Amino acid sequence: MTRALEAEGVAIIARDLTRRFGTFTACDRISFDVRAGEVFGFLGANGAGKTTAIRMLTGLLLPTSGQATVAGHDVYTESEAIKRHIGYMSQRFSLYEDLTVTENVRLYGGIYDLDNRQIRDRTAAMLSRLGLTRAARDLVRDIPLGWRQKLAFSVALLHEPRIVFLDEPTSGVDPITRRQFWELIYEAASSGTTVFVTTHYMDEAEYCDRISIMVAGRIGAIGTPSELKQQFGAHSIDDVFVRLARPVQESPRP
Amino acid sequence: MNARRISLTALRGLLIKETYHILRDRRTLVVITLLPILQVILFGYAIRTDVRRVRLAIVDPTPDHTTLALRARFAATDAFHVVAVVAEAADLDPMFKRGMAQEAVVFDPSFAQSLGRGLPARVLVITDATEPNAGSIAQSYALSVIDGYERELRAASSAIRSREIVVPGALIVPEVRMQFNPTRESSNLFVPGLMAFVLTIISSLMTAISLTREKETGTMEALLVSPLRPWQIIVGKVAPYLVVGFLSVLGVIVEARVIFHVPVHGSATLLLGEGLLFILVSLSLGILISAQTTSQRVAMFAALVGTMLPTLLLSGFIFPLESMPWALQAISYIVPARWFVTVARGIMLKGIGLAYLWRETMVLAAMALVLLVLSTRSFHERLE
Repeated sequence: MTRALEAEGVAIIARDLTRRFGTFTACDRISFDVRAGEVFGFLGANGAGKTTAIRMLTGLLLPTSGQATVAGHDVYTESEAIKRHIGYMSQRFSLYEDLTVTENVRLYGGIYDLDNRQIRDRTAAMLSRLGLTRAARDLVRDIPLGWRQKLAFSVALLHEPRIVFLDEPTSGVDPITRRQFWELIYEAASSGTTVFVTTHYMDEAEYCDRISIMVAGRIGAIGTPSELKQQFGAHSIDDVFVRLARPVQESPRP
Repeated sequence: MNARRISLTALRGLLIKETYHILRDRRTLVVITLLPILQVILFGYAIRTDVRRVRLAIVDPTPDHTTLALRARFAATDAFHVVAVVAEAADLDPMFKRGMAQEAVVFDPSFAQSLGRGLPARVLVITDATEPNAGSIAQSYALSVIDGYERELRAASSAIRSREIVVPGALIVPEVRMQFNPTRESSNLFVPGLMAFVLTIISSLMTAISLTREKETGTMEALLVSPLRPWQIIVGKVAPYLVVGFLSVLGVIVEARVIFHVPVHGSATLLLGEGLLFILVSLSLGILISAQTTSQRVAMFAALVGTMLPTLLLSGFIFPLESMPWALQAISYIVPARWFVTVARGIMLKGIGLAYLWRETMVLAAMALVLLVLSTRSFHERLE
């Protein structure tokens, strides 16, 4: 069934995906599809279960129950295959600061089994696209944070994964860099990469093709931004989010 | 086949990356290579305390110009401080008990007479060995003073012999006795233990810190999400530090030889190999520690406590295991340093080889294997 869906252009399928830690249910029977090539926003307050869901989908954590396939591979049995077909970038910075730009790219290229030529060609292309060619031999710690963030994203895409998971990629970045970062996300999506992105910023949610909002371990709403606004009679995703979250959160946002 | 190629390319990348980490962090590199050498010097001298100005009592029942000459020699060297000259050996006992004297030179009543007649002259060296190390050093100092005097006498007598015919026998026959602790331990015994001590601390620290640093900065997450297998991540960590550890072993062995004059009677290659094995065990221990912790500080603390105390107390390095209660002896079997100290002492001091040390070697190899498997497993457990 799932392989057929994949053929129809579904990148991620989750059905009743559940993860319990002891008596606490971090993810409670969540179900959704992510279509190939779309930018899928995965929203939710801190502790709503986003990270647990991402960890299950990236093969870092086994679900307690439910099904999921990522790029057509089962999360229970084929996590190695999944890992080969996804890219990942977390809120915490994932490049080595004491290596140069080129060395970082080489390292990740090797980890994802690119040959020397592929690495060389893709590095050159990537650096010129980012305007970082002159900084190729600089240590990552010496280049500005915004550049590092963009570089980390490009490195996550180096092996041309089918799906890229971005876990709050823009937290702590200035608005201009955030804007530029989203341009990179669109670029990736337009070349066919599925983008699965979590974010705190509600304005960013508006940039997504579709979004889901997690509340207390469940999916509270899912759809395109305009559908959700309509459904909740709200002016912005921010409103939608607050309405969804209010009943469960003890103290509403200040 | 394809999978093997993948693992090798990726692994090579990891090894290169780790090498850059090590080489670029100059300060840490200097610390981890020089620290063992400095520590051995520091501890080595700290343990060899009080061999200067040994409190010496002399029993000279029949003073004569020969005994006076020998007494003068003891007084002249910096190693001794003559606290008393008495006529009877019975006077020694209270001096030893009060700690007034650490060593005594007892001339036989017929010392001068025998020497004059060319008969063996007896002299007894008694040493307080409550501190076995200092005791044995003090003893060898005393013997060398006596020996020096004897050689001088011999030279003089052979000069005489060339003119008249005298029959010189053994001139002076020193006897030795250790007070309080009859089995004497050589200072050499400490250096192999010291090697184990500093190497285990530095090695477990290196891997523990470098892995938890990756957890703190978030790069570990990127590695875990990648197709890399846990064993590749672990090999990528351990192998480069094994090279650093090897340099440390080499440095410490050379230092033991040059500064502390500890011989290597057995095969130096075997010693290096065993040292490397021991380092592998310690590095793996560091990996296991870091797999269980998330912050560099906790990992550092765990590595220090987990290696320093057991190695200091339960390796037989300072405190003899034979005299410990059985429970502590039992625990000592899981302290890697216990086995390495035996190996290092065996090779360096007794000159024995694998034929005698295979059991210790197997234990160390098994420990490395178990620790590596456990750390790989605990990487897997993150996925459950």
